[in-house]
Amino acid sequence: MTAAPTYKKKDFMSDQVVRWCPGCGDYSILSQVQTTFAGLGVLRENFAVISGIGCSSRFPYYMETYGFHTIHGRAPTFASGLKATRPDLSVWVISGDGDMLSIGGNHIIHALRRNFDINVLLFNNQIYGLTKGQYSPTSEVGKKTKSTPYGSIDEPFNPITLALGAGGTFIARSLDVHAKHLQSMLVASHDHKGTGLVEIYQNCNIFNDGAFDTFRGKAEREENALFLENGQPMIFGKTTKMGLVLDHTTMKVVEIGDEYGEEDCVVHDEGNFIQAQLLAQLKAPDFPVPLGIIYRCERPTYEQSFQDQVSEARAKLGNGVLAELVKGGDTWRVEG
Amino acid sequence: MSTPARIEPGPNASLDSVVIRFAGDSGDGMQLIGNQFTRTTALAGNDLATFPDFPAEIRAPAGTRAGVSGFQLQFANHDIFTPGDIADVLVAMNPAALVANLNRLKDGGLIIVNTDSFGKRDLKLANLEVSPLDDGTLDEYRVVQVGITKLTKETVEPLGLTTKEADRCKNFFALGMTYWLYSRNMEPTKQWVTGKFKGKFAEANIAALQAGWSFADTVEIFGGQPYMVPRADDFKEGEYRNIMGNAAMAVGLAAAANKADRLLFYGTYPITPASDILHALAPFKNYGVVTYQAEDEIAAVCASIGASWGGSIGVTGTSGPGVSLKAEAMGLANIIEVPLIVVNVQRGGPSTGLPTKTEQSDLMQALYGRNGDSPMPVLAPQTPADCFDVAVEAVRIAIKYMTPVMILSDGYIANGAEPWLLPDLDALPEMKPNFAKAEEGVEFQPYSRDEETLARPWAIPGTPGLEHRIGGLEKQHLTGHVSYDPANHQFMQELRQEKVRRIQADIPETEVFGDEGGVCVLGWGSTYGAIRTAVVGAREAGVKVGHVHLRWINPLPKDLGEVLKRFDKVLIPELNLGQLIKLIRAEYLIDAVPLAKVQGQPFQTNEIRDRIIEFSKEA
Ligand code: SF4
Repeated sequence: MTAAPTYKKKDFMSDQVVRWCPGCGDYSILSQVQTTFAGLGVLRENFAVISGIGCSSRFPYYMETYGFHTIHGRAPTFASGLKATRPDLSVWVISGDGDMLSIGGNHIIHALRRNFDINVLLFNNQIYGLTKGQYSPTSEVGKKTKSTPYGSIDEPFNPITLALGAGGTFIARSLDVHAKHLQSMLVASHDHKGTGLVEIYQNCNIFNDGAFDTFRGKAEREENALFLENGQPMIFGKTTKMGLVLDHTTMKVVEIGDEYGEEDCVVHDEGNFIQAQLLAQLKAPDFPVPLGIIYRCERPTYEQSFQDQVSEARAKLGNGVLAELVKGGDTWRVEG
Repeated sequence: MSTPARIEPGPNASLDSVVIRFAGDSGDGMQLIGNQFTRTTALAGNDLATFPDFPAEIRAPAGTRAGVSGFQLQFANHDIFTPGDIADVLVAMNPAALVANLNRLKDGGLIIVNTDSFGKRDLKLANLEVSPLDDGTLDEYRVVQVGITKLTKETVEPLGLTTKEADRCKNFFALGMTYWLYSRNMEPTKQWVTGKFKGKFAEANIAALQAGWSFADTVEIFGGQPYMVPRADDFKEGEYRNIMGNAAMAVGLAAAANKADRLLFYGTYPITPASDILHALAPFKNYGVVTYQAEDEIAAVCASIGASWGGSIGVTGTSGPGVSLKAEAMGLANIIEVPLIVVNVQRGGPSTGLPTKTEQSDLMQALYGRNGDSPMPVLAPQTPADCFDVAVEAVRIAIKYMTPVMILSDGYIANGAEPWLLPDLDALPEMKPNFAKAEEGVEFQPYSRDEETLARPWAIPGTPGLEHRIGGLEKQHLTGHVSYDPANHQFMQELRQEKVRRIQADIPETEVFGDEGGVCVLGWGSTYGAIRTAVVGAREAGVKVGHVHLRWINPLPKDLGEVLKRFDKVLIPELNLGQLIKLIRAEYLIDAVPLAKVQGQPFQTNEIRDRIIEFSKEA
């Protein structure tokens, strides 16, 4: 394989005018992805960026890579067919909460269980933007929108719990505006052999402004976000140092001080499935919002097993000869 | 045991053709012995055509009419085109099978019936008050009554099988009797059984087969000598195999991809009657074929498009309901212009319809069943073996014109079988994917066009310097950028339409069988055999009639309108309520007349022949 040249961010910027609303969280995500791609050591022509439908799904047009703006909800399926047959490519799926969790709900769970080595970026703004402001499958109960004037009555999906249940092998969460953190999650997802799901809280300043305000800005996240580090105790808060301890089978917020020390706090273990489920349940305002790699484990990738079967068949049966295939079992001759 | 009344086979009586129908409960193994009879008969050098008639329900209560499974086979010493309208011989394993199939047996036909399954309970399950063996129902037929179950049990007893296992051998006893009747060689079946089953059960099946044969021979149940059906002499020289439509489709797809030196990616979701294509392709992993059983129909087509984008031959197979679900993705394939094959093995509709029964009612769906003007080439195989050629042709066109292509097969040819002259693989058409490469100093235009075919370049991810974006939004001519320009949209729509039209230059002109002038019978797809036989029959009856059969429905052959206008009138038989006819009327302003059948069953040749004769006399 040819070594990738040293790219700059601008090498991944296409000539198309970016058309999101001014102030949209998507701009920052685009910028972090472009910066990250430049540093991954992957040849530019080997990136395939695949999206569904929605605001976020315009993403491929702005990336100077191979890009495919597909149909609503189905991006993971195109990525599956591509990755199964072209394991050499670095495949990135771009989707939103409506695209991925509503119309495309069936596909993301199956992509996760199959564990293709692809990266899935879920832009979660908890609203439908492109269709101008209806509630989404991640909108909170009671949300008033154009389609729910009396408030939404649907229980929202928790994408992390869903991904854990579907057998995801890399599940992380980040923020649109936290450049460094988001970049590190993108790199980690890329490095992971298997499906990397990164839920990105993304502010839609037009239809759902401020949805993540309690932990999005620099000051707020320093107080109210829990930045997970593998092997490190779960500590958060700037003005008052807080931590998470296990109380029977649930998490409890405590102040670090006389009663509890850092050593009493839960130590993050990315490979601990039960702990990941507990983390997935933590919600503001009672709890800090966990950001980082919530769960990670190793499992064979789909395309590897797929290729292995082909190699085994070839080793056992030799390279198929077309004439034999056409013959099948019994044949007979008719003489002239 | 009743004595044969009318048909007295003489010593080695020779027949030109025979139609035999095996019928029993779906658990009785009728498809299995039907296939064995077929295989043996193919190896004997007869021409043949088969029609498996599956029960509507997979697990209908045993012994009921809903659970009856049938298998019909016509074999002959000459060229034949259909499994036969009506059977000469019916093998009936229980009362339900007997009464459900009597209308498919010719007057005076032979019935071989298993009398051991005519107890009170069996009759009740078949909704019968009295046994048809006793009430005169069968007076018009020649009936051979055999206690098949009991004789089979006695035969296999020394092997110490369980009662259930012993009972499962009775189909081979019945097969043995029919092998005797038509002087078939038992060796191929014996070998097959040895390969398929293990130990005692294999032995028992072979013993039952042999016992059925011997019973017919020594007890002279048929009251005379066996028949002969000499080998067909009009076969072309070469090597043959017996093949079913779905299998031929699978082999054709694999062969075409191989010829194009591309991986074949078959993305699909299980659905009757298309699943056998998946089953046939799944073991071909060492032939450059991969299969992908997706989570649903939509994922299946989209994964196939993803594979095609990456440079493979993406194929998705399904039946009508699945095509409905794939419609949006097919539209995407149309606008992004990558090769894709959609195989629709049609079944009775609408909705879930008649999953195990045949119909040709998805033609309009194939032509128009997508949002927006979204032209898609459509072609249809005419016989089981023709599925091979059609698959190869579809792949060739998809690559050459960079377009999705729809193949309309159906349950009748998918499950039917016929002898197939193995193709000369070197003579398969050239298939050269034209992969784009970056050129120094030239900006890549993903929507530039080949002058002749209007195909755009196939620029696959991983190719340095060609990074570009595609998608479902309208494309600007040449650059492929998103464009909302009104004039560009009209231009692109017309261009996509024109691209499909240009395929006309690449497909054969219309062939007329029989007479020109007089009546034209115009068909498409799987009705080929029935129409051809009917046209031969009508010509023998003195009617001036010709047969035109369409393989390509979009585009239609260039000269079709002109050919049709050479006839006085046009009859269009279809297994739907009249779909091709709308197209023909619209395209050529010809006042064609429909012959529509939607009963989940193929045409009988006499239905068409009689209509041709009548039609020829109408003013
Ligand atoms: S509607 Fe919301 S999500 Fe969509 S581009 Fe505008 S701000 Fe961004």
